[in-house]
Amino acid sequence: MTFNRDKLFEKSLTLSAWLVVILVAAMCLSLVLYALPVFRTTGFGFLFHRLWDPLQGKFGAMPFLVGTLLTSFLALLFSLPFSLAIAIFLGEYFNSGKIALFFQNTTSLLAGIPSVIYGFWGLFVLVPLVRKLEIKLGVLPYGVGIFTASLILSIMIIPYAASVGREVISLVPSELKEAAYALGATRWEVIRHVIFPYARSGIFAGILLSLGRAIGETMAVTMVIGNNNQFPTSLFAPANTMASVIANEFTEATSDVYLSALIAIALLLFLVTTVINIIGRYIIEKLSV
Amino acid sequence: MGDKILTTEHLYAYYDQHCVLKDINMAIPKFKATAIMGPSGCGKTTLLRCFNRLHELSPGGRIEGKIRLRNTDLLSLNPIQVRRRIGMVFQRPNPFPTMSIYENVIAGYRLNGIKLSQNKADEIVEQALKKTALWDEVKDVLYRRGTFLSGGQQQRLCIARALAMNPEVLLLDEPTSALDPKATAHIEELIVGLKKSVTIVIVTHSIGQAGRVADYTAFLYLGELIEFGPTERLFTAPKDKRTEEYLSGKFG
Repeated sequence: MTFNRDKLFEKSLTLSAWLVVILVAAMCLSLVLYALPVFRTTGFGFLFHRLWDPLQGKFGAMPFLVGTLLTSFLALLFSLPFSLAIAIFLGEYFNSGKIALFFQNTTSLLAGIPSVIYGFWGLFVLVPLVRKLEIKLGVLPYGVGIFTASLILSIMIIPYAASVGREVISLVPSELKEAAYALGATRWEVIRHVIFPYARSGIFAGILLSLGRAIGETMAVTMVIGNNNQFPTSLFAPANTMASVIANEFTEATSDVYLSALIAIALLLFLVTTVINIIGRYIIEKLSV
Repeated sequence: MGDKILTTEHLYAYYDQHCVLKDINMAIPKFKATAIMGPSGCGKTTLLRCFNRLHELSPGGRIEGKIRLRNTDLLSLNPIQVRRRIGMVFQRPNPFPTMSIYENVIAGYRLNGIKLSQNKADEIVEQALKKTALWDEVKDVLYRRGTFLSGGQQQRLCIARALAMNPEVLLLDEPTSALDPKATAHIEELIVGLKKSVTIVIVTHSIGQAGRVADYTAFLYLGELIEFGPTERLFTAPKDKRTEEYLSGKFG
């Protein structure tokens, strides 16, 4: 009897595991199938064309690919100093006690805020601020655009890199830190020469997680990026990311080719995320101790 | 007893309110090996960690009283300065896993941001490794990670890392407790050879080890220094009953 139950349990685990694999495969398959029509009309030029004009039947995904990569990496750049600082602060300086708990919870709360709220806040607070900055800089004061989207994204992705970073930094063996202190190192020198090198692969994994989140984020970006289908020529220009153009235009896609073009963008987004993850994993392996 | 290099006067050590060392008065002679011995929890490691002020880095760690390094008050110095002059080797070998053997030996300089010419660095590494009898074993693999070495070799690498800074005193915290008998013998032999050029203070729970390497031995019990004197005298004619009992294996 117990043997049978064990078997049953094992089988159900196997089934659940396979179910996930099948789902991913099915998703991939349907994306490819529904994306085919647009590739039939435009060929692989779809990926490289800079013009997106559904009314004229022109579909080029380049502006959105660039939009996504620009906003994501810019957001990563903005957020990195803060997430690293939080990771060191909570991983090394205050890794236990009430203060630590307070800051930890507040940081993770940042990840729990629904993105539409970030979008609203960005629209009403960040956009006017960016507009002022744009007037000062003498560029067209749209307020919305790649720069604004990157700013909002940078705040949203802080908790991911910060919490993974905190975790790995707090796992650095104290005997290594003591060895460095015993050689006369200061705290900063210990952080720089012992903690960072030891924790670097984990810190990088956290950064990768942040990047993945930035690439896929839809709602907040759609609200502040300006939804312009031109190829972005300036950091302050209104643009679209792959995710935002899908969210924005899905309901208006009247023709089959138009719909197929949007699904092809989804496929591209999926591929970009996968490729970045594979490269990331390779780097993590290289970095690990 | 000759020249004294480290002296403590009414030394007390605490973890928060908990007193772990009580009124320690001892004078450690220069260029000798001094063993600090006693049962677990008697405060011997804490005493060692007072000497390079690592104890203050432990949560709640606090030192009262006086420690002198030669004639300077060690507790009034910057801990960083103290730790450059007093090296330490830990219970478990702890080479930096992200660094090569070469980088590990020179780590004290790199960590402190001291710039060295390539020749000078090479020289320091070679000398330190020779002092620890590791040079012949690793000279062809200097750029491999230190963690590839055997436990005994790793510990000798850690001793080399401490010696590379040319310390006046070398503290060893049960340096052989994680090693096999052969590696232990090797390290003990090394210690005996090293004391010509550096004062050694070694914490050990092994009476035999104290007998083999130490010229002087201190017996610590429940945070108090019970007895301190030449190892031979302490072993053959202990003055305190508790020392005698410990040596005869009645506790510890």
